Amino acid sequence: MIDPNSSLSHLDLETPEKPFLDANELVINMGPQHPATHGVLRVILRLDGEKVLGLECVIGYLHRGVEKIGEHRTYTMFNPYVDRMDYVAAVSNGLGYCETVEKLLNVEAPPRAQHVRVILTELNRIASHQLWLGTHALDIGAITPLFYTFRDREEILKIYEKYCGARLTTHAFRIGGLQYETYSGFEKEVKNFLTFFRPKIDEYEELLTTNRIWVERTKNVGIISGKDCIALGVTGPVLRASGVKWDLRKAQPYANYKNFDFDIPIGQNGDTYDRYLVRVAEMRQSVRIIEQAVEALPEGPIMAKVPKVMKPAAGEVYHSIEAPKGELGYFIVSDGSTQPYRVRVRPPSFVNLQALDVMCRGQLVADVIAVIGTLDIVLGEVDR
Amino acid sequence: MPDEIKSPSASPAGEPKPTADQPAVSGGVKAADSGSVPSDSTVPAANAPSAKSEVPAKAASAAPATPPAAKPAAAAKAPVPTPVAWNSPMVAKLTSSYGSGIEPLTYAGQNYMVVDRSLIPELLQVLRNEEGFDYCVDITAVHYLQREKQFDVIWVLYSFARNERIRVKTQIRDGETLPTSVPIWTGANWLEREVYDMFGIKFDGHPDMKRILLPDGWKGHPLRKDYGILQQDNEWVQINLGIESGQ
Repeated sequence: MIDPNSSLSHLDLETPEKPFLDANELVINMGPQHPATHGVLRVILRLDGEKVLGLECVIGYLHRGVEKIGEHRTYTMFNPYVDRMDYVAAVSNGLGYCETVEKLLNVEAPPRAQHVRVILTELNRIASHQLWLGTHALDIGAITPLFYTFRDREEILKIYEKYCGARLTTHAFRIGGLQYETYSGFEKEVKNFLTFFRPKIDEYEELLTTNRIWVERTKNVGIISGKDCIALGVTGPVLRASGVKWDLRKAQPYANYKNFDFDIPIGQNGDTYDRYLVRVAEMRQSVRIIEQAVEALPEGPIMAKVPKVMKPAAGEVYHSIEAPKGELGYFIVSDGSTQPYRVRVRPPSFVNLQALDVMCRGQLVADVIAVIGTLDIVLGEVDR
Repeated sequence: MPDEIKSPSASPAGEPKPTADQPAVSGGVKAADSGSVPSDSTVPAANAPSAKSEVPAKAASAAPATPPAAKPAAAAKAPVPTPVAWNSPMVAKLTSSYGSGIEPLTYAGQNYMVVDRSLIPELLQVLRNEEGFDYCVDITAVHYLQREKQFDVIWVLYSFARNERIRVKTQIRDGETLPTSVPIWTGANWLEREVYDMFGIKFDGHPDMKRILLPDGWKGHPLRKDYGILQQDNEWVQINLGIESGQ
């Protein structure tokens, strides 16, 4: 039935490498309470001296049963819950959920709402990458980038706060469009932010891109090939840094991304350094998208005609978006009632984390920290 | 972008719909006469329909992919979409080799096939090796307590070469197992473990079939419909505090 030759035998996760020193294998725990695991991730490392022979992730510490909760809430009530999964990219989570339910209801958000959605989602991508960059650099030992990125991220959070009153778990979108019209001066503030932020990206790069320590700590660390990424289902910047030019915003455009002009940055080596470059380049592309979206922001309604009591026709829909961390998918089954029969979230962090073992084999313990950082996982999303 | 397959009820508002699941480069993949159904053949939204029932392939007279923009977007009730047959060269090839074991359908512009359990994993293997579905997006399940075959197990697959996403769905009884697809897609490992954790469906041949999100000693599988949402809480309070839960 299954042809063993066709399975990806180079990814045989069961056979550890032969130890290069004839010493006893050492098994140690990293986490769950470890500052560099970005939440509560427990990693069981098998070591030969400093070298990692293999590892196992133990997850679930933040499991809240989001999917079960979804079955007991109406479509509208469940909307804020999705923000609590990837809480540093709450807007993206909301976009994915709203679009999936809209697909079930067969409605579409009006153009103005779509534009505002793109602006806020791309701002969120920048914020998510900023938080990643600051903490990732901090893990490796560079403290300054954290202050720089958090200083600039604040400006984005201020825009969110003015728009919807929340900074982190924004609940910015509604099924069918937006609840709030943009505040007066929104466009101007977004434009000001872009002018302010563009030179800041150069600043980050000045600190790190040619920094000798940064380069030594990240080049050729945690290499993963594009083929392995695909086999493991890894998506997002990790996949692109391995040379696969694939972005859902281009491949299967959602919202109104097809109206905007932007590039997909890719890397070549699939190492930690390339993933850093890809994410920094993505911030620049996001700036480009926001610029076009603000420039062309149409007038008009912000809410489609959706029923107050939502009862989508029985059926099932899978819809996914390019979240800052990769493909974020929702699979929703409706039975025609006001509550979803089943909500399945396909979180990018959960699937990407699976690659940690492959990426860490043969590396040093200190590199495990760098690799966890470069995967850009959020444990709230891994565990849901 | 080719629009061969449209949501059968593509209301005017649906026309510029984000085509996230619409293959962008699949021009050759699907025949043009795929099941577009004229919107008059659908049921009004009011009769909360048992739309899961498989609608027979409507030989939809070549209703153009985009129905005329007749009704305004604000039409009170959009017609209810129902699954229609999904035709494409790939499906034709698969049905010719597997016959009635495969039922290819389209719903809301998304293609999926309901397949017989006995075809798993052979069909998945064929889809990956011969049809290029090299990326296993997701594996999940749905529990239907009243049905004889209680579980739907769903594979969401994507092909980079064709830029196409499909779903494969099979039905199994409670206690029945499925063959693992880890040899086909390495990434199926954790996804199958989560299905086991949440539904108690075991995958034969999986390298490490154990719980993933919940602790090892957990009782029951929470996403089953007969697992009460307060059950765990009440039990914990009862055992550890010796009182009735206030929830």
